[in-house]
Amino acid sequence: QDNRVSVWSAGDAGSAGLGGECQGEPQLLCDIRHHGDVMDMQFLDQERIVVASSTGTVTVFRHHQNNQTLSANQRWEKAHYHVDQNTSYGGAACTGVICNNPEIVTVGEDGRINHFRADQKDAVRTIDNADSSTLHAVTFLRTTEILTVNSIGQLKIWDLREQRNEPSQIFSLTGDRVPLHCVDRHPNQQHIVATGGQDGMLSVWDIRQGTIPVSLLNAHEAEMWEVHFHPSNPDHLFTCSEDGSLWHWDTSTDTSEKPSFLHQGGSGTTDLSHNTINQPVVSAWLSNDPTRDRMEITNLIPHQTLSVNSLDILGPCLVYGTDAEAIYVNRQLFA
Amino acid sequence: GCLAGSGESGPRPPRLSVLRRDQDIYIPTLRKLFNESHGIFVGLQRSEEELAGKARKAQLVQVSKNYRSVIRACMEDMHHTAISTRDAALQSQYSTQVSILSAMELIWNLCEILFVEAATAGSLLLRLLDWVRLHVCDVDNMAREVLSSENPSKHELFWNVVDIFVLQGRMDEAGHLLSKEASANPASVNMYRILDDLMKKMPLPTLGNTQTLTEMELKWQHWHEECQRYLQDGTFASNSHMESICKILLGDEDAILEKKELMTTWYHFLVTRLLYSHPTVKPTELRMDLFLGGESSPEPLDTILMAAFEFEMHQVIKECSIALSNWWFVAHLTDLLDHCKLLQSHNLYFGSNMREFLLLEYASGLFSHHSLWQLGVDYFDHCPEYGRAYLELHLERIPLNTEQKALKVLRICEQRQMNEQVRSICKIMAMKALRNNRLGSALSWSIRAKDAAFATLISDRFLKDYCERGCFSDLDLIDNLGPSMLLSDRLTFLGKYREFHRLYGEKRFAEAAKLLLMLMTAHIAPSSFWMTLLTDALPLLEQKEVIFSAEQTYEVMRCLEDLTAGKSGKQKFQDDDEETMKVEMLRLALARNLARAIVKEGTLEGS
Repeated sequence: QDNRVSVWSAGDAGSAGLGGECQGEPQLLCDIRHHGDVMDMQFLDQERIVVASSTGTVTVFRHHQNNQTLSANQRWEKAHYHVDQNTSYGGAACTGVICNNPEIVTVGEDGRINHFRADQKDAVRTIDNADSSTLHAVTFLRTTEILTVNSIGQLKIWDLREQRNEPSQIFSLTGDRVPLHCVDRHPNQQHIVATGGQDGMLSVWDIRQGTIPVSLLNAHEAEMWEVHFHPSNPDHLFTCSEDGSLWHWDTSTDTSEKPSFLHQGGSGTTDLSHNTINQPVVSAWLSNDPTRDRMEITNLIPHQTLSVNSLDILGPCLVYGTDAEAIYVNRQLFA
Repeated sequence: GCLAGSGESGPRPPRLSVLRRDQDIYIPTLRKLFNESHGIFVGLQRSEEELAGKARKAQLVQVSKNYRSVIRACMEDMHHTAISTRDAALQSQYSTQVSILSAMELIWNLCEILFVEAATAGSLLLRLLDWVRLHVCDVDNMAREVLSSENPSKHELFWNVVDIFVLQGRMDEAGHLLSKEASANPASVNMYRILDDLMKKMPLPTLGNTQTLTEMELKWQHWHEECQRYLQDGTFASNSHMESICKILLGDEDAILEKKELMTTWYHFLVTRLLYSHPTVKPTELRMDLFLGGESSPEPLDTILMAAFEFEMHQVIKECSIALSNWWFVAHLTDLLDHCKLLQSHNLYFGSNMREFLLLEYASGLFSHHSLWQLGVDYFDHCPEYGRAYLELHLERIPLNTEQKALKVLRICEQRQMNEQVRSICKIMAMKALRNNRLGSALSWSIRAKDAAFATLISDRFLKDYCERGCFSDLDLIDNLGPSMLLSDRLTFLGKYREFHRLYGEKRFAEAAKLLLMLMTAHIAPSSFWMTLLTDALPLLEQKEVIFSAEQTYEVMRCLEDLTAGKSGKQKFQDDDEETMKVEMLRLALARNLARAIVKEGTLEGS
């Protein structure tokens, strides 16, 4: 197998043409071999990328922009592993990684949670057997709290400051305990969390109250692999799935009644918390009244074939990758 | 690769067969070919069958063009890689690949013209001309070189370029170059004007309905006679180059053959000759013009092209299968031709038709790759006879090294109702999880497969752990089973038993007692657990207040008697003292409770 971590240039930020999706193809800048499948990755800072591998290893790569090369900066071998090494496909995959420089948290098929710090060799903390099933994804709730989802349909909050190896709160789906594959938190309103399940269902949770989701939205026909709130326009949510579709969920309504959370054009600012936390308006995501807040849902892929495994958004730019070994860049998302 | 050897005994010398895996799927640049063509293939299968006639044909031609553009894109990538690599061996490998891809595109293009578009007289020649211009000789580079020189008409390649333009019917470009000669050599201006005029006036078939073939033929006849007159008048006698051009215009075979080196291939010669002697050629007439011009042993490419010109589709496919190292080309081309309704069912010995056979071979090849197998699934889906069987067998053999991969395979099986494969894969993953002590994962897999037997296995594991350690592991799982609890009796028991413990811990004794009793009487507890359940009743029996009603106490007593009666006489002797003591204690407690309960129930309210 020849797996690689690659850095691409998707064209100039300023060369926005009229209509159309891409101005030219993305150019490969550099790449480096990676041992095992890349299960998840995140930028730690401008230069460093943390990559989770199916071998259970977590690697930090550094992108040298002056000569366009990648090098392995730091590595935690066997961050995730099964105790009995006799199984033929040894090792437990590291399934998710989240960064908040310099903190790095990883989760894996071994049900373990690791808390690393960049440039520190030993783990800050490891919670063995945090979960009896596979942890599929992790994200930061606050600086010291994380959210994890597992394969028995549970969303758990962990407080990294606490010494006990128990979650501080457990939420679960009603009905069938369908495995949850992805989780994301609203960028500004931290009590709103979205998760995606194996049955393609999108669940929105209010973690201040209750232990079950606030709303369940029937979405995809197969596993939802990733869910992301738009970092600067959080009325927009994006989900991608094994069924080959990528959906754009738009709860932004006409500007007449509500203050608009949208920032038109440009590379927007990312932190609106001082503006929005005190808003009395209930976020459209938690609304139970389907008539009041209409949600527009669009499938962004015209001819779908194979699974869309991953997506990311920043400003007006959307990137996603499919099992047909193709990467797509859409630089005019809100045009 | 692998080796197979026959036995050592016997008079025959041992034989070794070397089997080699299909190497092509591991070439990185070809992966783009496989991926993109997969998209085109699937699109074709799903395309509108209701479209008829011209619309359908246009659609199929577009599909063919798409395939070809993918081949070209691959060729460019491969070419880039070839020139940028330093390794000589690798470079030669890539260059070989480029020429193979180029040949593939050449053949496909011809098949598109002759079979998919089925060009008729008139447009046939135009298409063939395009084909030749695209694929044969690098004339544009030469032209650039000549034009950028100081004295183009004195350049050594000048007349070569002009000749090639004429041979390919590119009159405007030929005229443009000739004008350089005219301006450099004023004596030839007259000749140039006449020749240029002749070239520009040459009647050609047009696309669309602007003229009928008979009209065109008539015009052509007149033009031909005019050229003949100029030649016979000796207009070009003083310039041998221009004279030979005029002869070419007249379709003089010797004149054309003289330029053999420039044309480089026999098919270029074929098209040129048709252009100048029979522009309204019909498809069926092509085979009459074929000859290799003295080639003794034709290359595979030549054989294939000849078969195409002769409209021997099956021959084309057969020759391509032999010549090319993987099935990609023949599989996709045959599928396209089948959609054009051009292939009669050509029964092979195992009864499937040729299209299906080729697709099966191609897709099977994909399955040996660790990630391209996903493409293979769609190909099998569109093989009506054996596709499903092949798919089932292949899916079972995909190594499941991560859970995500297993999930993808599972999804494929579920979408096709391959229930046995679903069960089998879930069982494998559940067993792996169990061995790694990930009980939650194991349960999650059994739920997916609705595998009650495995759920029972997992529950037994939990119960065993409980008996050994006195407490439950993985409470986050057991406390949150939800509806999945109903998957198996044992699992339900586990969930309810844990609930009993919770109720007891919360001091909700009446509810706990009721639940315990239900567990005992519902017979979902494993027999090994009955004693434990009864023992669990003890603390409830010995509470200050009466928890079990008389009725309930009778039930518990019955359970106890059922349990002890079930043991044979011999067993009773072998029971250790602890067991007998427990039973005695229970009997005593039950009796006491019964007494208290009867009293309590018999007393009037307010006691």
